[in-house]
Amino acid sequence: MALMADVLAPQDAFDPVALNLLDGFAHPMERGMGSNMLFVMGSDEQGRDIFSALFYGTRLSLLVGVASVIFSMVLGIGLGLLAGYLGGKIEMLIMRVADIQLSFPAILIALLIFGVARGLIPPQQYETTAVFVIIIAIGLSNWAQYARTVRASTLVERNKEYVQAAKLMGISGFGIMARHVLPNVMGPVLVIATINLALAIIEEATLSFLGVGLPITQPSLGTLIRSGQKFLLSGEWWILFFPAMMLVILALAINLLGDWLRDALNPKLR
Amino acid sequence: MSPRPYVEVTDLKKTFDVSKPWLNRVLEGAPRQYLKAVDGVSFDIRKGETFALVGESGSGKSTVARMVVGLLNPTGGEVTIDGISMTDPGQRAQRAKLRRKMQMVFQDPYASLNPRWRVDRIIAEPIRAFNVVEGEANIVARVGELLTLVGLHPDDGKKFPHEFSGGQRQRVAIARSLASNADFIVCDEPTSALDVSVQAQILNLMRDLQEKFGLTYLFISHNLAVVRHMATRIGVMYLGRLVEVSDAKEMFTHPRHPYTRMLLDAVPDLAMSGRARIPVAGEIPNPITPPTGCTFHPRCPLANERCKAENPLPINGVACHAVVEGRTLAHPVAA
Amino acid sequence: MSEPVISVRNLQVEFVTRRATLRAIDGVSFDIHKGEVLGVVGESGAGKSVTGAAIIGLIEPPGRISGGEILLNGRRIDNLSPEEMRKVRGRKVAMIFQDPLTSLNPLFRVGEQLVETIRTHLQMNERQARDRAVELLTEVGIPAPEKRIDGYPHEFSGGMRQRVVIALALCAEPDFIVADEPTTALDVSVQAQIISLIKKLGRERGMAVMLVTHDMGVIAETADRVAVMYAGRLAEIGPVRDVVQRPMHPYAKGLMGAIPTLEASTERLVQIPGSMPRLSSIPRGCAFNPRCADVFARCHVDQPLPLSVQGRQVACHLYENERLKTAEVAR
Repeated sequence: MALMADVLAPQDAFDPVALNLLDGFAHPMERGMGSNMLFVMGSDEQGRDIFSALFYGTRLSLLVGVASVIFSMVLGIGLGLLAGYLGGKIEMLIMRVADIQLSFPAILIALLIFGVARGLIPPQQYETTAVFVIIIAIGLSNWAQYARTVRASTLVERNKEYVQAAKLMGISGFGIMARHVLPNVMGPVLVIATINLALAIIEEATLSFLGVGLPITQPSLGTLIRSGQKFLLSGEWWILFFPAMMLVILALAINLLGDWLRDALNPKLR
Repeated sequence: MSPRPYVEVTDLKKTFDVSKPWLNRVLEGAPRQYLKAVDGVSFDIRKGETFALVGESGSGKSTVARMVVGLLNPTGGEVTIDGISMTDPGQRAQRAKLRRKMQMVFQDPYASLNPRWRVDRIIAEPIRAFNVVEGEANIVARVGELLTLVGLHPDDGKKFPHEFSGGQRQRVAIARSLASNADFIVCDEPTSALDVSVQAQILNLMRDLQEKFGLTYLFISHNLAVVRHMATRIGVMYLGRLVEVSDAKEMFTHPRHPYTRMLLDAVPDLAMSGRARIPVAGEIPNPITPPTGCTFHPRCPLANERCKAENPLPINGVACHAVVEGRTLAHPVAA
Repeated sequence: MSEPVISVRNLQVEFVTRRATLRAIDGVSFDIHKGEVLGVVGESGAGKSVTGAAIIGLIEPPGRISGGEILLNGRRIDNLSPEEMRKVRGRKVAMIFQDPLTSLNPLFRVGEQLVETIRTHLQMNERQARDRAVELLTEVGIPAPEKRIDGYPHEFSGGMRQRVVIALALCAEPDFIVADEPTTALDVSVQAQIISLIKKLGRERGMAVMLVTHDMGVIAETADRVAVMYAGRLAEIGPVRDVVQRPMHPYAKGLMGAIPTLEASTERLVQIPGSMPRLSSIPRGCAFNPRCADVFARCHVDQPLPLSVQGRQVACHLYENERLKTAEVAR
C-alpha cells in the first residue's frame, strides 16, 4: 500500500504548493481551517497531513531497508561462501575483518561511512545521492552477520556427501557453491535477512532521527519522528505518535513475513 | 599371465594433522600431533570383482576409499585405475576422462542427496556434467530408464528426496552413480544406515547390477556378514594397516591373521551352532599414539617380543610374524 | 510358574499430532520372568523403543499410554503419578541407553555419579556408597576400579563407558532393566563383550531384562525369548531358538532370510518388497498385508490376534486352522 503513495495519499505532503499553513496543528479527525480537508491523523506545523506523510515515509523507509538488506546480503553471502569453501588464508582474512566490524555497534559504522561519504560528495549533489549513501552505509554495517552464518553453514554442507558426490562428477568449486551449497545455506540467511530488514529500517530511522540521515525534503519514518518529537511536549502528540506506531507495526509485520517465508521455502514442509 | 589389475593401490599413506590450535600449543607447550590414518596400504582389484575392505571404526577404511576416488589427496603412495595414475599431476587430462568411469555410493542416504533438488535433477546431474547424452528429451528418457533400473518408477523423479524412505533414497544414489555409465563404483558402508529387510533389497540390487553391467566394486563395510555375501576378495584393516588380504571363501573358512580370527569370533552367531570361539580381549588403542611394532600386539594372544618391536610386512597377504613363524595357539575347541 | 517381574497387558500408546492421532503401539502383551532376557526386535518404526519407554514411564506428551496395563511384581505402574513413578524408576526398574557418551554427565567423575545414584536409592553413607561403587565397577569388568573410579567419562573408551552406564543402572539393584540398543554404537569386537556382560548379569542377579535391538545376531546370542515387532504390533513371540531358526510369521520369516550370515553364502538374500508403513498409513486388517507373499482375503479385513501355536504366539491368520487342528488333537 505504501508503495502506491502517489495515488493513495490524500495530499502530496511534500510539495510545498499543496500545503496550506492555516491547516497547521489540526487534531486527528479534524478539518483544516485553511483547506477544509479532513486530517484523519492530524497535521503538523506546516499543515502537512500526517496520514499522507506516513505513506511517503513508509515507502522510503521500506526502500532503504530492502535495498540495504539486499546489499549486505549479497556481500555477506559472497564473502561467507568464499571463506567457508576455500578456507585457509582467505577465510582468516574475511573472518577477522568481520570480527572487527562486529565488535562495533552497527549504527556507529553506518555513521562513520555516512560521514565519510558526506565529506566526499559536494553539497549540491547531496540531496540526490543521500538515499544511495544511506543504503550503502547501512548495508556495509550489516554484512558481517551474513558472512558468519553463511560460513558456518557452508562448513557443514561442504562435508556432506552430496557435495562430495558433485565433486566426483568433476563439477567446479564455483558450480558446487552456486548450485549445491548456496540453496542449502539460504534458510538461516533468510531468517537473519527478515530480522535485519526490520533492524535496517530502525537503523535508518535512528540515523534520520539523529539528523544525519535523509534530508527533510525526502522524509522517511525517522525524519517524521524527528520532526514530531519537537511537538510532543507542547501537546501535539499525533505528529510523533502515528509515525512511531507505523515503525513498530512495520517491523512486526516484516518479522511475521519472515517466519512464513522460511516455512514456505522449505521443501520438507511443503 | 593374468592381465593388469583394474585398480592398483601401492603403499598408500595418509597423515592428518590433529594438533591443537596454535595458541594452545604455545600456552601448553604441546607438540604438533599427527594421526596416521592410513599407513602403507597396498592391494589391487581385478575387473568385475568386488573387493571389500573391512575393519572397525578408526581402521582407515573410509579414508582409503576417499583417496582411491580422488576426494582426498594421499600423503604418500600411488593409486592407478585402468592404467591411469590418480596421483601423477602429469596425467590430469587422462584423469578427467576417468572421472565418469568411477562413482561413489555413500553411507548416509539422507546426506548424499541434495535436499533442495528433485530426484530427476539429482540423477541428471552427472549426465549433464559429463555430456553423456545430448538434448533435454534424451536426458529425461535416460533418467526414467535409470529409475526403472533401480526399481523405482519414472514418475518418482518429480519428488524430493525427503519423500522417500532410506532404502529408496539409496536406490536413487545408485541410479546417480550409474548415470555416467561408470564401471567402477566405490561403496562406503552403503547399507549400514538401513534396516535389514531393506538392506537385503539393496544388496541384491547391487549384485544384479554388477552382473548386468560387469561393474567393479570397492566395498567398504564393518559388517562381516554383509561382506561375506558381497565380496570376491577381502582386505582386513586395523589401525590404518592392511593386516590380511585373501579370497572371500578362504577368509571365512581359514582366517590367518589373529585379528581376522578375533573379528570372526566376535560376530554374533545366528545359527546358534555353539561353535568354539576365542573371547575378544581389549579395545582399539588411540590411533594418535599407536602401539609399537605390530599395532595389534597388545590384544594378540600370539604376541611375543618381536611383535612389540618390529612392524610385520605382508607376506602372502598376511602381515603377522606369528603366521610366518608358524606360532599357533591351541584353539580352544576342546574347552 | 512364578509371577512375572514385568507383565504388559494389551498396551496401546498414541501420539497426538496436529493432523491425527497416531497409534505407535497397538495391543502388545508379554511377560518377563526373573532371570529372563526378552529380546525385542524390529526395524526402525516398529515401536520397540516406544514399548521400552512406556514400561519405564518415559513417554512424554504428545505421546500417552491410551490403553492396557503394565504390572511390576503384580502392581500396576502405568497409572502412577510422575512423582511415584520417579521413585520406582531407578529403584526397581532401570534403563541402559544406546549412546554411552550422552548417558553420563561429562562434568562429573564416574565415582561421583555412581555414589550419588547409590545414595539416592539406598541408605548408605559416603564411604559405604564408594565401596559399593567399586564393587559394581569390578562386577561390570572395569580393570583397576579403585583407580578408574576417579576418572572422568571422557577418559574411558566407548566399551568401558558402556560398562559404567551398566554399573550405574545396577546401583539400586533393580528387578528389571530395559536395555535400548546397548551395543549399536560400539564396534563388533566390543559389542561381543557387552553382550556377554548383560547376559551374565541377568543370570547372576536374577533380573528381568528387556533387550531392545534391531540386530538379530545380538538377540540370538543373548535372549531367552524373542518378540518380533512390526508397525507397533507383535508379529511373533516365543523361545529364541524356535523363532530365529523356524520363524512362522511371514514377516519374521522374511526378516530372518534377509540377514546375511557368516555360515551360508547364499546367492541371493530373501527380500521383503516395500518398506514398513508410516504410522499415519497403517493398512486395514493385518499391517503386513501389502508386503506379504501369503496374503489372502481375510488379511485385508481383520486384524489378526496372537494365536498360540507350537509353544509360541503368532499374530497371523494363516495359523488359524493349524491352531484348531492342534486343539482337536489335544481334545
